[in-house]
Amino acid sequence: MRQRSLFMLTAVLTTGALTLTACGSRDDNAGGGSEGGGGTTVVIGIDAPLTGDLSALGLGIKNSVDLAAKQANKDKVVDGVTFKVEALDDQAQPSSGQQNATKFVADKQVMGVVGPLNSSVAESMQKVFDDAKLAQVSPANTSPTLSQGPDWNGGTKARPYKSYFRTATTDAIQGPFAAQYLFNDAKKKKVFLIDDKKTYGAGLAGTFKAEFTKLGGTIAGTDHVDPETKDFSSVVTKIKASKADAVYYGGEYPAAGPLSKQIKKAGAKIPLVGGDGIYSADFIKLSGKEGEGDLATSVGAPLDTLPSAKEFVANYKAEGYKEAFEAYGGYSYDAAWSIIEAVKKVAEDNDGKLPTDARAKVIEALQSVSFDGVTGKVSFDEFGDTTNKQLTVYQYKGGAWAPVKSGTLG
Amino acid sequence: MNELPQQLVNGLLLGSMYGLVAIGYTMVYGIVQLINFAHGEIFMIGGFGALSVWLLLPGGTTLWIALPLMLIGAVLVAVLVAVGAEFFAYRPLRGGPRLAPLITAIGLSLALQQAVWAWYPEAKSSRTFPEIPGGPFHLGPITIQTGDVFLLIAAPVSMVILGYFVMRTRTGRGMQATAQDPDTAKLMGINTDRIIVVAFALGAAFAAIGAVAYGLKYGEVQFRMGFLLGLKAFTAAVLGGIGNIYGAMIGGLVLGVAETLASAYVNHIPGMEQLGGQSWANAWAFVLLILVLLFRPQGLLGERVADRA
Repeated sequence: MRQRSLFMLTAVLTTGALTLTACGSRDDNAGGGSEGGGGTTVVIGIDAPLTGDLSALGLGIKNSVDLAAKQANKDKVVDGVTFKVEALDDQAQPSSGQQNATKFVADKQVMGVVGPLNSSVAESMQKVFDDAKLAQVSPANTSPTLSQGPDWNGGTKARPYKSYFRTATTDAIQGPFAAQYLFNDAKKKKVFLIDDKKTYGAGLAGTFKAEFTKLGGTIAGTDHVDPETKDFSSVVTKIKASKADAVYYGGEYPAAGPLSKQIKKAGAKIPLVGGDGIYSADFIKLSGKEGEGDLATSVGAPLDTLPSAKEFVANYKAEGYKEAFEAYGGYSYDAAWSIIEAVKKVAEDNDGKLPTDARAKVIEALQSVSFDGVTGKVSFDEFGDTTNKQLTVYQYKGGAWAPVKSGTLG
Repeated sequence: MNELPQQLVNGLLLGSMYGLVAIGYTMVYGIVQLINFAHGEIFMIGGFGALSVWLLLPGGTTLWIALPLMLIGAVLVAVLVAVGAEFFAYRPLRGGPRLAPLITAIGLSLALQQAVWAWYPEAKSSRTFPEIPGGPFHLGPITIQTGDVFLLIAAPVSMVILGYFVMRTRTGRGMQATAQDPDTAKLMGINTDRIIVVAFALGAAFAAIGAVAYGLKYGEVQFRMGFLLGLKAFTAAVLGGIGNIYGAMIGGLVLGVAETLASAYVNHIPGMEQLGGQSWANAWAFVLLILVLLFRPQGLLGERVADRA
C-alpha cells in the first residue's frame, strides 16, 4: 500500500514537473565555425524560434540575416573577411535562449548576434552577452525595459546593457499608437484588454491601456490567457457579456488567431487588435475567415512602399527561400547589416585585420553606425534603440494584411 | 446578461473532451497499473490521422461524407500506434520494476511528438482542420458552436458503448477479471495479453474521437496538442478515481467545469484579482487535484478493482 501511494505521488509530481517545464529542449544543430579558406571568417549568430508555433517569424529572421551575409560576401564589403551565419533555435523559451547565448559566446568567431524574437528570451540573454562583450542586435524585441531599464516609465531611463541594440521600435510607442488609432480613427470607445502575461504581451497591453484611458476610452474588462491552451471559451463569454466594441490583445499570433476566431464564432462581431506579434500570415491562417477586419500595428512603414526595401524583396525572392520574410525580415536584414558595418569599421581602424578585442570594438562601432537600410535610416540612440520610429496599422482584408495608416506617434 | 449558463456549457464541453481522453489512462492503469504518459500523443496522432484522411479526399467533399471517414482514419491510426507501442515498448518490460515502463512512457511520448514534428508535412506549426459549416445555435442565453455538436453527441454515445462493452460482453468481463487479478484470470483461461492489447486499443479509439472533436472545435491540430491535454486528462482520471471508466468521464467533467468557472469568477473574489483569468486555469485544475487527493485519495468514484499491493 505504501509503495503504491509513493508511486502515485511520483506520477503526480512528474505531471507537475512536465507542466511547469512545458517541453524540454530540442536537438541543437550547432555546427561550430570552420576556418574559411584564406582571410578571416566572422560568424553572425542568429537566435530565433526556428521550430514551434512562432517559427514562421523566426525562419523569416534567419533567412533575412543569411541574405545580408551573402550580400556582404558578394560585394566584398569588408576586405579579407568572409561572413557566415549560425542559427540556433530558442523555441521562444528563455532557458533555451540563454543556452544559445552561452554557445555563441564560446565561439570566438562570433562577432555579433541577431535576435531574439521574444523580449522574454532577450532578458535571459542580455547579461551573458554583456559579460562577454558580444554585441546583440534584436530585430523584433519591443519591451522598453530591455534598453531603458525597469524604471523607464517612471522617468529614470538607464541603459542596463551596453551590448544590446535593436532595430525594432518599442511598445512604449506601439501600444499608444494603436490606442490613438482605435480611439480617433476607428472610433472604438470600449475595449476589452487581454494579454498573455509574457514580457512582450503584458508590456504592450500596459502601454495601450495608459494611452487609451488618457484619451477618454473605457476598458470594458481585462483578462490574461495562457497561450499554451487553445480553449478560450471562458474569456470569450466574458468579452461577449462586456459589450466591448473591440478587443486589444497583447501577445502573439498562436493564441491570438484562435482567440479571434472563437470571439467571432461566439457571436461578438468585434475586431481583435494587436501589435506586431500578430502581424503574420499565420494569424490569417489561424483566425480563418472569422478574422476579417482584425487590426495589427507593426514597426516601420510597409516594406513594399519603401524604395530601399524593393531591392531586399527582390533579392530575397531571388535566393529562393522557402519561407516568407514575415514581419521582421527587413529589420533582421538591417540588424545583420549594422553588425557587418561595425565589423567593417573595426577592421579598417586596425589595418584590415580584426584586433584581439574585436568584440568590444564592434559594440563601440555599432553605437555610431549610420546607413540607409531596408527599413530606412539605421542608427542607434543612447539606449541602443533605433532612431527610426515609424509605425503602421494593418487590417486583415480579403485574406491578407493591408496597410491602413502609417505614421509616427503623435 | 448572465454568463453563468454559458460558462457551465463551456466547462462541460471542455470536460467531455478531457473525459474521452481520460478513459485511455484509466483503462490501461486499471489493467496493467501503468500510467501511459504517451496517451496524450496517441490523441495527437489521432488528430493528424483525421487530418490526413481529409487531405487525401478529393477537394470539395462535403464534411458529412468526410467526417465518418475521418473518424475511421483517426481511430485506425491511433489504435495502430497504441497497439504498436504496447507491443514494442511496454510488453518487454512487463513484470519489471514499476518505474521502468513509466519512464518508457515519457520517452515514447517525446519520441512520438518529435516524429510528427519532423515527418508530418508542415506540422512544425499549427495545421488547419476542416470545420463544420453553419451558424451557431442559440438556446436562450447559451450559444453552441457547430463544432461542439459533434462533441455533445460523441461523448455520451462513446460512454454508453463503453459501458455496455465492459459490462456485457465476454471480452469486457475478461477485462474486469484481469483488472481484479491477472494471475487468476489467466488460470481461468483468459488470454490476458490479448485483454491488455484490447485495453490499449479501446483507449486509443476514444482518444482519437476526442482528437476529431478537438480539431472540429478549435479548427486546428498541432504536434504539441496532446501534451497539456494529456496531462489534464490524466488529472481527470486521477480525480475521478483511476481505474474506473465512469470516474474518468466524471473527473473530466468536474475538471472542465472547475477550470472554466475558476477562470471566469475567481478574479471577482476580493483580494484574489491577481489569481483569476484564463492564465490561471491550469493552476486551479491542479489545486483541485491536490485537494481531492488529500481528502479522498482514491478519487471521486473510488477504485473498483481490489488493491493488490
